[in-house]
Amino acid sequence: MTQDLEAFRTETRAWLEANCPPSMRTPMTGEDDAVWGGRNYEFKNPEGKLWLERMAARGWTAPTWPAEYGGGGLSADENRVLQSELKKIGARPPLFSFGLWMLGPVLLEYANEEQKKEHLPKIVRGEIRWCQGYSEPGAGSDLAGLQTKCEDKGDHWLINGQKVWTSYANYADWCFCLVRTDTSVKHEGISFVLIDMTSKGVETRPIKLISGSSPFCETFFTDVNVPKHQMVGRLNGGWEIAKRLLQYERTNISGFGSNTRVDVVDLAKKHVGVEDGALEDRDLRARIAAHKMTERAYALSVQRATEEAKAGGNVSHMASMFKVAGATLNQDRCELMVEAAGNRALGWSGEGFSPDDIATTRGWLRSKGNSIEGGTTEINLNVVAKRVLGLRDTQ
Amino acid sequence: MTFTLNDDQRMLKDTARDFFREQAPVTRLRKQRDERKNGRDPDLWREIAGLGLAGVIIPEEFGGVGLGYVALGAVLEESGRTLVASPLHSSALAGASALLLAGTDAQKQEWLPKIASGEVIATVAVDEGAHHAPAKSKLKFEGGKLTGEKKYVADGHIADLIIVAGADALYLVKADAAGVKRRELVTADSRGAADIAFEGAAAEKMNGGADVIDAILDRARIGLAAEMVGSASEAFEITSEYLKTRRQFGQVIGGFQALQHRAAKLFTDLELTRSCVLAALDALDRNANNVAEYASLAKARASETVHLASNEMVQLHGGIGMTDVHDAGLYLKRARATEALYGGASFHRDRYATLLGF
Repeated sequence: MTQDLEAFRTETRAWLEANCPPSMRTPMTGEDDAVWGGRNYEFKNPEGKLWLERMAARGWTAPTWPAEYGGGGLSADENRVLQSELKKIGARPPLFSFGLWMLGPVLLEYANEEQKKEHLPKIVRGEIRWCQGYSEPGAGSDLAGLQTKCEDKGDHWLINGQKVWTSYANYADWCFCLVRTDTSVKHEGISFVLIDMTSKGVETRPIKLISGSSPFCETFFTDVNVPKHQMVGRLNGGWEIAKRLLQYERTNISGFGSNTRVDVVDLAKKHVGVEDGALEDRDLRARIAAHKMTERAYALSVQRATEEAKAGGNVSHMASMFKVAGATLNQDRCELMVEAAGNRALGWSGEGFSPDDIATTRGWLRSKGNSIEGGTTEINLNVVAKRVLGLRDTQ
Repeated sequence: MTFTLNDDQRMLKDTARDFFREQAPVTRLRKQRDERKNGRDPDLWREIAGLGLAGVIIPEEFGGVGLGYVALGAVLEESGRTLVASPLHSSALAGASALLLAGTDAQKQEWLPKIASGEVIATVAVDEGAHHAPAKSKLKFEGGKLTGEKKYVADGHIADLIIVAGADALYLVKADAAGVKRRELVTADSRGAADIAFEGAAAEKMNGGADVIDAILDRARIGLAAEMVGSASEAFEITSEYLKTRRQFGQVIGGFQALQHRAAKLFTDLELTRSCVLAALDALDRNANNVAEYASLAKARASETVHLASNEMVQLHGGIGMTDVHDAGLYLKRARATEALYGGASFHRDRYATLLGF
């Protein structure tokens, strides 16, 4: 067993050495370096394309998915080896994808064979870019209050309604979408459908955020025809899938969009000054130290949860806890960076500020969404209180 | 790195848990206090040692069971849950660690078997002022005689053997030696302690300098953090149960979102801290090269967590939490004592920043 793993490590190391292009072993300099894939994706760096193709050919964009659906078919141990070897050479992720992080895992669990064979390999290869049709103007924290109507028209579904906060819907090829198939009940009247964004009647409109960026859209569905076989799970059985997907989402997105290329300590050393090896501002120093401890505690806890999951413990309910802790952690980091950089982090555009300075400012603004998107901190605390601690609303 | 216990460690933890729950629940601490024992309970210590718990980190050749720090951490966590008043931390962890790391062969031969059997209670004396400041020691050693003063030495009033830390050397002093003046302290946590003056007391120099002292203190810090996580966990669980049973406005108060969120935040904090403590114990058994970082991380976070957990225990219990008949006060008092011992959150944040180079 251990010998096999060592052989796998040697093999993997050699393959990565031969196949990971040089520029893919350098730190990402910003969100622009992320490769998202999809039908219309334009690679900014040809080596990014090469890296994705090579990794996808081995199924290593989705290392633990079964090989029959294009995945790597690796065991958890083998995947750990792969990840550690990737980390060792500083390899960039070959693919950023809601398909990999959110949809794929629930398709593996809930979809029929035909759906798995149709969609999973395209996710692995980065051919189809997915977006998430969950929130609506009237259904934010109360997601199950969603109204987007899905009617049975015999040979197809007819969909009418509006989604909001659809990440990158303007770039997406397909959408996994929650729709209402029964208006007489709440949670039990929701279904999970897959919609081709090129369908007639689909329209997207970007939303500009306080950070100036537009990672989200409003998405409109007007008399959209969806083939019958594109519903996942049973009719009115979508809420269970929706919740499971949120667990995957919550473990993946808590730190989205902020400037990670600069460390808060380096920033503070540069702008605050150092005396006898310690930051001159002792109050800021203590708060950065506390933050660094939380960061370490969080990383160790993720590692522990992974180990406990491997040992057979049920840790899926911990996703909400990690979502809350991760969002708080990232927001604290961004606030500390802005504080450490002083007026250098108060720029918006132009030559007067460095790209790093502006990334710090905008990342800080973007981070305010971390405790809102994917379930607010308040909703996730509700989940922890009820499901983990067993505190019920009425008893 | 691993966070899960192996079979031996698991078995030891279960043994400790069962024993403490049955023989040393919080009512035992309460009884000791009401009888003004100030932490003295030789019968309990004999039983604890009888289970082998005083020799967990001591190798078999010196009469211990040689199971390491992860195992002892698991035992300390269980002892923290019921606020067991015993010299388990002072003697079986701090004292034993000091001898293992700094003892001469002769000192190890003489003392470790007695510590493992519980026959001798050892403690480490560090602080000389109101705060933990090991580097500022004014201790003097000349011609085999030790002069100086130590404050609030944990279990110092019941110890037989005192390992005294100077700024860059360690000394071994018998508690009954001439020139050792102990003033017993009656402490808020009902455990007792002692201020100890050394007035030309006969002492043996041990091996090692400031780095060895640091290594010993780090073991004490990590072990204490394990005990603190136990206390914080129990305080949290008792409080959580109370939220499920106490009724006001015609419903259980755990149904109120304001309280649900406080409980969920405390739980999150506790789990993050638990990961740090488990990782720190594991780092000791692995002989990792960044034990100091782990020690400050674990002790700072455990201090913050037990602080919050004990405060929330009082507040969320409302009026009953303020009464002496409830255990909340006992958890609160012990929490502050453990926070201060071996450096609080502020001390360790400062140290962590220095270790990380800022």
